[in-house]
Amino acid sequence: MKIYGVSLLAACFLIGKFLGNLLGKLINVNTDVGGVGFAMILLIVSSVYLKKRGWLIPETEKGVLFWSSIYIPIIVAMAATLNVKAAVSGGLVALFAGIIATAVCFILVPVISKIGSSDKILKK
Amino acid sequence: MEILEKIIETNGLIFAFLFVGIIMLLSFWVSKNLLRHKIPGAAIAILIGLGLAFLGNEGGLSDIPLFAGIAVLGGSMFRDFSIVATAMSADISKIKQAGTAGVVSLFAGITISFFTGALIAFLMGYSDVISITTIGAGACTYIVGPVTGSALGASSEVIAISIATGVIKTIFTTIMTPIIAKKIKLINPRDAVVFGGLIGTTSGVVAGLAATDEKLVPYGALTATFYTGLGCLLCPSIFYLALTFINSYIL
Repeated sequence: MKIYGVSLLAACFLIGKFLGNLLGKLINVNTDVGGVGFAMILLIVSSVYLKKRGWLIPETEKGVLFWSSIYIPIIVAMAATLNVKAAVSGGLVALFAGIIATAVCFILVPVISKIGSSDKILKK
Repeated sequence: MEILEKIIETNGLIFAFLFVGIIMLLSFWVSKNLLRHKIPGAAIAILIGLGLAFLGNEGGLSDIPLFAGIAVLGGSMFRDFSIVATAMSADISKIKQAGTAGVVSLFAGITISFFTGALIAFLMGYSDVISITTIGAGACTYIVGPVTGSALGASSEVIAISIATGVIKTIFTTIMTPIIAKKIKLINPRDAVVFGGLIGTTSGVVAGLAATDEKLVPYGALTATFYTGLGCLLCPSIFYLALTFINSYIL
């Protein structure tokens, strides 16, 4: 049943958030420190484990895949409910940060591409 | 009309599904037919979202009672839930295929994007660590930005700036990749894997590579799919702490 997938996702989500907040408490910043990241790791690890056991059937997986397929629409909804009027003054920051950060990474492509170029798999 | 308004107001979330679906339909149509995939549909949809937010004030479009349900759909609960779900499609065994260069490019890409973005935010007048972290995270992708921002408790306007930063990155990547591909020696699958790891915005990488050489797309997507997850892990934790440290001991 699809709900099993949704429940698995919910479990990973809540545990991840818990770990994030716990970590925040431990290091005294009182925020969620990487909760979403922890939840993602939990989901990857648990789905690999459950698949090996044969417990994660495609029908269950569909319960998770639905949610993963609507994240762009959710980001659109989120974008529509932000305080953009106040953000206009920061528009230039967005422009510069977006372009410069990307340009720096562009330049690094040939540099990092040289690393471990003896790896066989991607040689063609 | 009154009946219609009442139905929409009492079924806000359902109306939000319909409304956002229409925005997506429109954006992908424009991307495909008017812009010939020059700008990804996802980026156009987010831009429309940001544009619509101008109709309201602090809560954007949701300040209008009819659209209040959009705030539910776009709230942090649904957002984080669906982002965690994307980890399901990331096949961890594939990271081996990416090789050393792929893994190095992922970490280098996130670190460099974050600190470049953070530095620019700092230079342009932001002084609180949470805002700087959020904008730096936005320079990773338009998802890492809001996830980091709301985890740390950043203001709505800073989160808007971080999304805008990520969207600009996506558009810039899409447009510039085919132009600059030869100069940065983006020719074989190995380069595409590194490119995906360094840039990370999946929609931008896929669209940019498709315009460069269709065959490179799966290789770029291979590393890019891990980027947002790794960014959501690193930015609100290690990177935030690093900036807090720099702020209190060095500056």
